[in-house]
Amino acid sequence: MPPTLLRDTALLFGRYARQTLRSPFQIFFGVLMPLLYLFFFGPLLTGLPLGREGDSWQVLVPGLLLQLGLFGASFAGFSIIMEKNWGVFDRMRVTPVSRLALLLGRVLRDAALFVFQAVLLVLVALPMGLRAPLAGILIGFGFVALLSVALASLSYALALKLPTPQSFGPAINTLAMPAMLLSGLMLPMTLAPGWLDALSHLMPFRYLVDAVREAYVGHYTTPALLYGVLVALGVAALAVTVGTRTFRSAGA
Amino acid sequence: MPIISTAGLARTFTTRNGPVEAVRGIDLTVRPGEILGLLGPNGAGKTTTLRMLTTLLPPTAGAATVAGHDLVRDPAAVRRRIGYVAQSGGLDPQETVRSELVAQGRLYGMNRARAAARAEELAADLGLTELLDRATPALSGGQRRRLDLAMGLTHRPELLLLDEPTTGLDPGSRADLWALVRRLRDEYGTTVVLTTHYLDEADALADRLVIVDKGTVVAEGSPAALKAAHGAATLQDAFLAITGRGPTPVDTTPVAV
Repeated sequence: MPPTLLRDTALLFGRYARQTLRSPFQIFFGVLMPLLYLFFFGPLLTGLPLGREGDSWQVLVPGLLLQLGLFGASFAGFSIIMEKNWGVFDRMRVTPVSRLALLLGRVLRDAALFVFQAVLLVLVALPMGLRAPLAGILIGFGFVALLSVALASLSYALALKLPTPQSFGPAINTLAMPAMLLSGLMLPMTLAPGWLDALSHLMPFRYLVDAVREAYVGHYTTPALLYGVLVALGVAALAVTVGTRTFRSAGA
Repeated sequence: MPIISTAGLARTFTTRNGPVEAVRGIDLTVRPGEILGLLGPNGAGKTTTLRMLTTLLPPTAGAATVAGHDLVRDPAAVRRRIGYVAQSGGLDPQETVRSELVAQGRLYGMNRARAAARAEELAADLGLTELLDRATPALSGGQRRRLDLAMGLTHRPELLLLDEPTTGLDPGSRADLWALVRRLRDEYGTTVVLTTHYLDEADALADRLVIVDKGTVVAEGSPAALKAAHGAATLQDAFLAITGRGPTPVDTTPVAV
């Protein structure tokens, strides 16, 4: 990394992190939906055979962690739509600040925010009955960070491309709902009939969920975990590339 | 050497209803230290031209050198030398006057201490010192504009581009802004390119006017020269003669009520 990119990224990360810290609503709201699932959906699963090793909490909590990242990060683009409307985005693009830093500063703030929310979720899940090895839980946070980086990058790129803010919300919902259902976030795809299981293998997030569930039962060297790491890194690299291109092209 | 020189600078937007030629080909030369007024009817291509000259929008044709650097090949070098204030400004409502001024200095590469000192300097220069710790949404229109300008001046640019800087300001704030633009030129030799719809402003402030219509330059010269060339008593009459848009077409049929 050239020093200016590093410096500019730190500068913008600081700006956005301070803005987030001033807004407790933004910090805690994102964790609300997964918490509701934890309280009112989690207890339904405790006695059910879920077709996976581990108890129901070791299956559900990884899904909720990635749900948090999926919905939180994919809506991240709203903030850039607002910055565009205020003229702040153009004001920054007229300065010599690194274009890549304009993306990375935001994306790293998002990753930090969603990992923080993931920690809260796990802390609440412990008294509910979650038991998992510490290393597995830490690996889970790593996946939340990678997923946030990937989805937030794509979300910012999409928000810059769409002509109106009104089209952004519906577009994201249309993409996020099937992504959630097809990756088996709520219930593992091992319960699915053959065709649905096959279809879900086309959804990259499925590999991430499976990997975190492996980590939560202490399996760190299985193919599922390896695939999860590879897919997460691959998707994140692709997404940051797409995001960078969109930020670099001055027409954005 | 001119500080801006463009040849056939053009921008075509692709829309669902086919291409729209916002700027068809602008040939423009601006000398250092000049105050240049860019005039033209709504939709003439003034803002698009400024957005190209500030590197925000890549041209689809033509070439330009801005502040000694090629606009397309070296936009980063252009950005370091120019300041720009957009029509609607660019203030974040979540920030204070001070935090925006400091952030702007940091974006231009200053370290924390230098940026903080520069923020104080700019605030003193533009009458914002009392407002430094106020949130930006709490500023009046005139105060906002002064802050927008301070942000554009953070790095002491040799060229300042202002898009309708006085739109929506009261007469006192407009006069302040005119004085500031003149002071920038007189004290620092800053070149200023500004767009405006106020012909009195163009007449009073600009050394030279460039009138743009339908994406091309249709006339240029000093306010006095333009008036003389069109036998017009006021700049308003010259402007209407040049753009061919009278306030109301002469209608010979009687008015039916």
